[in-house]
Amino acid sequence: MGLTATGGGRLGVRRPRRPRPADGRTTSVAALAGKIVLLGAVNALAVFGLLTSFAAGDWGIFGFVAISTVIADYVYFSKRVAAGKYLLPGLLFLLVFQVYIVLHTVAAAFTNVGDGHNLDKPRALEHILAVSEKRVPDSPLYRVAVVTGSGGTLELLATDPAGQVTLNGEPVTAGVTRDSTGKATALDGYRTLQLRDLTSRQEEVLDLRVPLGTQGALRTQDGATGFLARPALRHDPAADTLTDVENGQVYRASATGYYEAADGTHLTPGWTENVGFDNFARVLTDTRLRGPFVSVFIWTFVFAALSVLFNFALGLLLALALNKPGMKGRNLYRSLLVLPYAVPSFLSALVWTGMLNQTFGFVNQTLLGGADVPWLNDPWLAKGSVLLVNLWLGFPYMFLVCTGALQAIPTELNEAAKIDGAGPWQHFRQVTLPLLLVSTAPLLVAAFAFNFNNFTVIYFVTGGGPNIPEAPITLGSTDLLISMVYKIAFGGAGREWGFASAMSALIFVIVAGISAFGLRRTRSLEETYS
Amino acid sequence: MRSTKGWLAETGWRHLVGIGMLVFALFPLVFVVSASVNPRGTLTASATLFDGASLENYLKLFSTPTLPYPRWFANTMIIAGATAVLTVLLAASAAYAFSRFRFRGRRLGLLGLLLVQMFPQVLGAVAIFLLMARIKGVFPGVGLGTQWGLVMVYLGGAMGVNTFLIKGFFDSIPRELDDAAKVDGATHTRVFFTIILRLGAPVLAVIGLLTFINTVNEFLVASVILQSPSEHTLAVGLYGLISERLSANWGVFAAGALIGAIPSVLLFRFLQRYIVSGLLRGSVKG
Repeated sequence: MGLTATGGGRLGVRRPRRPRPADGRTTSVAALAGKIVLLGAVNALAVFGLLTSFAAGDWGIFGFVAISTVIADYVYFSKRVAAGKYLLPGLLFLLVFQVYIVLHTVAAAFTNVGDGHNLDKPRALEHILAVSEKRVPDSPLYRVAVVTGSGGTLELLATDPAGQVTLNGEPVTAGVTRDSTGKATALDGYRTLQLRDLTSRQEEVLDLRVPLGTQGALRTQDGATGFLARPALRHDPAADTLTDVENGQVYRASATGYYEAADGTHLTPGWTENVGFDNFARVLTDTRLRGPFVSVFIWTFVFAALSVLFNFALGLLLALALNKPGMKGRNLYRSLLVLPYAVPSFLSALVWTGMLNQTFGFVNQTLLGGADVPWLNDPWLAKGSVLLVNLWLGFPYMFLVCTGALQAIPTELNEAAKIDGAGPWQHFRQVTLPLLLVSTAPLLVAAFAFNFNNFTVIYFVTGGGPNIPEAPITLGSTDLLISMVYKIAFGGAGREWGFASAMSALIFVIVAGISAFGLRRTRSLEETYS
Repeated sequence: MRSTKGWLAETGWRHLVGIGMLVFALFPLVFVVSASVNPRGTLTASATLFDGASLENYLKLFSTPTLPYPRWFANTMIIAGATAVLTVLLAASAAYAFSRFRFRGRRLGLLGLLLVQMFPQVLGAVAIFLLMARIKGVFPGVGLGTQWGLVMVYLGGAMGVNTFLIKGFFDSIPRELDDAAKVDGATHTRVFFTIILRLGAPVLAVIGLLTFINTVNEFLVASVILQSPSEHTLAVGLYGLISERLSANWGVFAAGALIGAIPSVLLFRFLQRYIVSGLLRGSVKG
């Protein structure tokens, strides 16, 4: 296609000065020195990272830092991989913050991770047992003091009924301060918590436990008296069950990531369990979810398609209207009309929210003289409102693009059409529009993909509302798939990251598929390969 | 002599469309200006345009201790500026590699780049949060709760579409220029910095501008990563202001919105003429 926007016109590129011819024959000393300093800094940073990740026991980061540093050193010192020198920095960021994020999200899509299922199974079990611990009946009472050492973590200084003193279960003799009753109140090198500290760190104090082997564990509830506690549940590793020692209730490990009794009650917390395709199937099998999900799904497509259509139509109309050489005020129109595009869209979206407010808004109060139109609170009006706001935000972009494309249409074509006797409408339909569509098609596909995930407009204008009452999760009639995912992952009660991840993966596949299809149709991909 | 009817058909309708669109485009902006100087500062009071004028809302913006607006503004400029500059550098060098070198996996690399970028970072927000918490344990300076950490996350999206657009533009810079410089003994690094980056300035300006505006707009990832109010960006901070009390804070919000929009609008004014040429030339090769 012989179309470029640079062929002529005011929006064309200014030719920069021709660059000075290069003079150095080989890499200069300064460039080499700069390279060595930069790589030295990178390596120093890498060594720091290796040490800290080793100390933190984070082997994933350790391995990544080690491998990527070796690759970087090789690429920048070798003469053979020229292209790699330009690709590596971007690729590293892409790998960590895009590829890894995608893989992590897709992996989470097959689990039930979320509120109540954030731990792995051994840690969940440990937690359940610790929570179930109760005082062993008739066991001796200890007198305790809560102390902190240099690390800042809480430790238990206990005096048993016989007067023996232990710190975290280990006997201590030296450096102990006792009060008149013989209770150990302080230990050299440790700070004893006073009542005020005890209240502010109450949760930590309650979680404090000193394992005493088979006897159970030493715990305290007030930071002054300690008692021997044992779990009220007994774990049977072979059958993977928990049995309540008092009433004999048996909880079995279930496939949903809980220890569950026969009557359906379960112990919290649960653990992260692999659930296969359940998250994906759930939108179709859960009858209460299916209806709202399907309507959100359809609305997402409608919103994206109508946004592109309206914005393009208005932008094109404007471009056609203002595309007359010598027209008065053309530049003024242009610079004012693109303002909505230049203002950050989250700000404009919030401004529109205020203007469309049902009781106080400018539109109802002033433009409509005190009307009470529920712009953002009626399901259908809200849909129209977000489209209107998106039109306001998006038409200047299409206007700019169409103007550029119009100016790139060779003038001979227009002349030829005139000689052939085509009327203005015919000319537009048969010459201008087809040419325009060819040159803007890739941008239209990109605009569709962008609006498919246009979180800003929805979140800031309606927040997805008004809500669909029968939906089991908070879903609104202007919610797009992406804001639905946001609500599932971050919404108030019962955040379900596994389910949200499954929806994310689904959106990813849809958008990638549409874009690939669209771009293939416009054949622009093939051209870019040349 | 042209008749009135002829003028209307030829030029008049153009002005009608233009003026109609001006009204549509500008009235929300007029409303914000009016609300920002409204002395009562509520949404209800703002419904009447230019009902009194005072700078009270602006003063509140800079003098309320619980409202660190100047910090938000500075944070946004630093984060968006750094992200824009670094994105242009990363994407341009990748585009140079794809445009001027032939290597194994080039086609596949281009396709993969486009594909992986179809995953918006918003969808990965939870994974990003977990990753940043993990990075905090190793590199505290760029982990969760830091602005440089946020910039790094944004740089993950630097390649992809940007590389595509820039590559399209670089492809249209004649190779003869490179070859001539190479005959003179220039290395590929020198060709990149002295020829390609200079001639590619229009598309680089566009990518920089769009990245800047998009970063200023970004809400979700910023709200996940930046935790203390003094670290917030304008998007996170102003949204908090509005969602807290929509009507009562309206005037202050309007003032903050106007000031916050100035850098983007100015930048846009300077770089606007590059936008169309940069985008179209990048996507449709001549």
